[in-house]
Amino acid sequence: MNTTGPESTPRSQPTAALHHLPTSRSVPANAPANPAEPEKSQRNPGLHFDPRFLDELRAVNLSAIERRAATLVKRRSIKGDNQSAWLLRALALMDLTTLNSNDTDERVRRLCAKALHPLSTELRDGLGLGDRLIRPAAVCVYHPFVATAAQALHGSGIEIAAVSTAFPHGLAPLETRVREIELSVADGATEIDVVIKRGLVFAGRWQELYDEVQAFRQACGSAHLKVILGTGDLVSLRNVTLASAVAMMAGADFIKTSTGKESVNATLPVGLAMVRAIRTYHGATGIRIGFKPAGGISTTKTALDWLVLIKEELGRRWLEPDLFRFGASSLLTDIERQLDHHVTGSYSATHRHALA
Amino acid sequence: MNILERFDAMDYAPAPESRADADTWLAGRDFSRSLFIGGEWRASSGAKTFDTHDPATGKLIAQIAEAERADVDAAVQAASDALPAWRDASGYDRARVLYAIGRALQRHARLFAVLETIDNGKPIRESRDIDVPLAIRHFIHHAGWAQSLSRDFPGERAVGVCGQIIPWNFPLLMLAWKIAPALAAGCTVVLKPAEYTPLTAILFAEICERAGVPKGVINIVQGGPAVGEAIVEHPGVAKIAFTGSSEVGKRIRRATAGSNKALSLELGGKSAFIVFDDADLDSAVEGLVDGIWFNQGQVCCAGSRLLIQESIAERFIAKVKTRMAGLRVGDPLDKNTDLGPLVDATQLARVQNLVAQGSAQGAACWQPQGDLPAGGHYFQPTLALDVAPSNVLAQEEVFGPVLATMTFRDVGEAIELANNTRYGLAASVWSETISLALHVAPKLKAGVVWINGTNMLDAAVPFGGVRESGFGREGGHAGLRAYLAPADTSPGAPIVPFQPQPVQGSSETLIDRTPKLFIGGKQVRPDSGYSMAIADAQNRHVGEVGIGSRKDIRDAVSAARAAAKSWGGATGFNRAQVLYYLAENLSIRINEFAARIQNLTGVAPDAARAEVEASIERLFACAGQADKQEGRVHNPPSRTIAVSLKEPVGVIGIVAPDAQPLLGLIAMLAPALAAGNTVVAVPSPRWPLLATDLYQVIETSDLPAGAVNIVTGSAAELSKVLARHADVDGLWIVADADTARNAEEDSAVNLKRVWTSGGRAIDWMAVEGSAERFLTRAVEIKSVWIPFGH
Repeated sequence: MNTTGPESTPRSQPTAALHHLPTSRSVPANAPANPAEPEKSQRNPGLHFDPRFLDELRAVNLSAIERRAATLVKRRSIKGDNQSAWLLRALALMDLTTLNSNDTDERVRRLCAKALHPLSTELRDGLGLGDRLIRPAAVCVYHPFVATAAQALHGSGIEIAAVSTAFPHGLAPLETRVREIELSVADGATEIDVVIKRGLVFAGRWQELYDEVQAFRQACGSAHLKVILGTGDLVSLRNVTLASAVAMMAGADFIKTSTGKESVNATLPVGLAMVRAIRTYHGATGIRIGFKPAGGISTTKTALDWLVLIKEELGRRWLEPDLFRFGASSLLTDIERQLDHHVTGSYSATHRHALA
Repeated sequence: MNILERFDAMDYAPAPESRADADTWLAGRDFSRSLFIGGEWRASSGAKTFDTHDPATGKLIAQIAEAERADVDAAVQAASDALPAWRDASGYDRARVLYAIGRALQRHARLFAVLETIDNGKPIRESRDIDVPLAIRHFIHHAGWAQSLSRDFPGERAVGVCGQIIPWNFPLLMLAWKIAPALAAGCTVVLKPAEYTPLTAILFAEICERAGVPKGVINIVQGGPAVGEAIVEHPGVAKIAFTGSSEVGKRIRRATAGSNKALSLELGGKSAFIVFDDADLDSAVEGLVDGIWFNQGQVCCAGSRLLIQESIAERFIAKVKTRMAGLRVGDPLDKNTDLGPLVDATQLARVQNLVAQGSAQGAACWQPQGDLPAGGHYFQPTLALDVAPSNVLAQEEVFGPVLATMTFRDVGEAIELANNTRYGLAASVWSETISLALHVAPKLKAGVVWINGTNMLDAAVPFGGVRESGFGREGGHAGLRAYLAPADTSPGAPIVPFQPQPVQGSSETLIDRTPKLFIGGKQVRPDSGYSMAIADAQNRHVGEVGIGSRKDIRDAVSAARAAAKSWGGATGFNRAQVLYYLAENLSIRINEFAARIQNLTGVAPDAARAEVEASIERLFACAGQADKQEGRVHNPPSRTIAVSLKEPVGVIGIVAPDAQPLLGLIAMLAPALAAGNTVVAVPSPRWPLLATDLYQVIETSDLPAGAVNIVTGSAAELSKVLARHADVDGLWIVADADTARNAEEDSAVNLKRVWTSGGRAIDWMAVEGSAERFLTRAVEIKSVWIPFGH
């Protein structure tokens, strides 16, 4: 991810004509097949807060979205060599994460070591990867471990993501939440995963939510901003969609489903609602927003479902680390086991793959 | 491509479903003996076969025994022989068989799915996830109906041997829709699969052999239209159930005229898919994918006419195009395929031709980029823009992946456009405003309405159409009724048409009276300018009534159509009060009507008075039922409220007999009115004075003008005009056999619902003549699906 690009503050962009969303710039579903060098996405400059944009997005039908989510993953099947390729893609789109209250520096160093060498030599050779480095896109930790991770990953190109703003609840004073971002950036974080105050959504205090996210974005500076909605707490897909829209207007680079601490994690229907909001925003502004499902994504089957959802709804361009991430911890091991099976033809055991 | 190249490309690769087991089954089977008759596998008596091909490759799959007339005879005989034991078996016995079939289907689900895809060309995802699971559900659901039949349908029993003819678009599922309710009801069947898709029915019969289906209960004959004709014309068949084109449905309607065969027809459609500006547009786009690009659009209830509110049309069309570009057309066995080939070269040519015609008539047809696979009958999903209502693509059923698009300005125009069709099968309504969606659903001429959904089907929820989409329902309680008949019927005496005789003398009235026709709430003279003399029991002249003609029927139907809105839209309670009031007013004149009956028909005074009293009682009974035409709430296995509403049929023609000239008229008139229909009545040709007396009662009873219209004259002539009138929705005839037969035949023009007594007299005090019977005929069932959740 480009962290040195020119900065523009959210308010420096003119407001797009949102109410009559342009249709000519909708996402081409048949995007280039092999964008090995995808055009760099422009960072989201954000928009003036515009409640009319929310009006456009109010109609969200849960039953219909559930039907689409249920059939979408049955319409596509990823098998054989293709499955291994897609699982490698899942690995490359991963924010390898540890967010436990008993995390230690040593635990984080171990995670970083795994990120640097996620696959055994046998697997790499068996898959024919040659010199190609395929690694998680980022390591994601709490603030106290940012410096540790930055040191461990120095020069690797792997991003350092910090969860922030009183993760996972977000219920600290705005001043300390903003300060937390600044401190993480100062310690070397290149990506900041913030949480929103869910209460602002229930109250419909969209302007306030907008202002807070905008403050987070400014505190990030060159670090990229991922906004966690806590979708399991938001209950309805309409809330999820509207919160997505406000976060994007306020300058989020990514919108993210969950902290992993809510009782309901990332589900495909929630993901569908969010990527449709992303598609609408792209149609209106030409700006591509990233998406990160997180929480409960631990099996290769689930990972493939998400990749299919993104490819079908947003197109190939989104299957790059600047626009899509998995928040995951145990997924990597399952990917290794599955790749092992592809190479050897036999089912593998967890203990045969190095711990993260 | 190596793995790294695939990693960069992130494309889909072929993921073919294995056809090994299906090939083994195909290789191991002798298809020259594929007629399943009386529990045996037989060859064609004429040693004939026909070919079935794989639509994805055009390759020959198998050569199937083709039934001859003699084979159909044998199948009907086997079904007749099996009928008594099966009909009289306990509901539990029949339930266990249906359950066993359902479970056996489930055990072999993948083989059925693969075979269906090979034979029909539908994507494996659909046969695997939709066709086969729905077929399984149908059998298990109907096991319950078999067991509860005597409790749920007292006084009814199996109609008899059923001839069932099914289409090629859902071969196994349509078989299930036909066989499951028939068996539950205690019928035995002779079923003909479509010529393009004979295979899954053969596998199904194999399963039935093992599931304990008694020999002869299910018979399967293979072949083309000639086999279908043999079934339709067979005198041993009591009921025909057909799913297919409206054209063939009309032929069957004509062919069965006068045969007394029960008939249900599930035919074509041009279903509207209405998107309001407050809809979840992205979800509506997916609805379209499930609506018109499901099974390559070869679906009778496909949402083939997209109606979009003007304010969102541009945005919505852009979304549709984007989505269409992601549809994958290809090998139907590939698990990544969205659209497979059309079923046959003939079908492909038909679709190509209609699209060419539509383009020539001004439609802008858009297709996504991309090559079609070679060798099969493939056609790109097609979006037709700028389609005028007169365009062939808006009018004709294409039965292919072609979506015709129009816009509307407001709700009223949406409903008008949606109903601007000869068909009336299904409709989808997309809006997040529940009050809007529920406002529109009852106003659509369709047997099924999906709100924020499409192509939802379930064994518990009645499915079927209005207008030229056919009649009869499949699924649930209403579907079962189509396979039942009253257990204790004793046919009445044949009706002999009245031959007018020279009339003696002149009327002895103080002031000369001119009974008129009653049309649109007004007494009018007949257009013909002719009258006929009416005689009493002693053949003495008692009056002269107008001889109604086609033009009077035309005017009466117009009046009835105009009144359909006010009377059909009135509350049931409102209709009840009007009918009570009618009974009240008739009771005031009971002596006058009794005297008239006695004078005209020559019956004893007691009998005459009893007829008037029975008429008043019938009016009273129907008034009491006017606010009780309640539907049902179904229980499909999804988070959905699915209700069936009872709606008026519309404009009903009634041809009443001479016997009991007042009661015969009122016994049909009252239930029709109670259910909200408007009526054009042709009263007893011999004694029409009862009806012309009755309009004076009607005039004082607050019925809206046009709700009842009375045209006196020849039953044979006037019923012919009614039968051929395309704006008459239903026709009930108690008249001689020729009149009944002709009406059934002529009714094919718009497939109006015709009920006749088969040329026989009806006992109005028995079950067959009861208010309940006629109230059932007086309504159409509309299923409305309302998926919910937030």
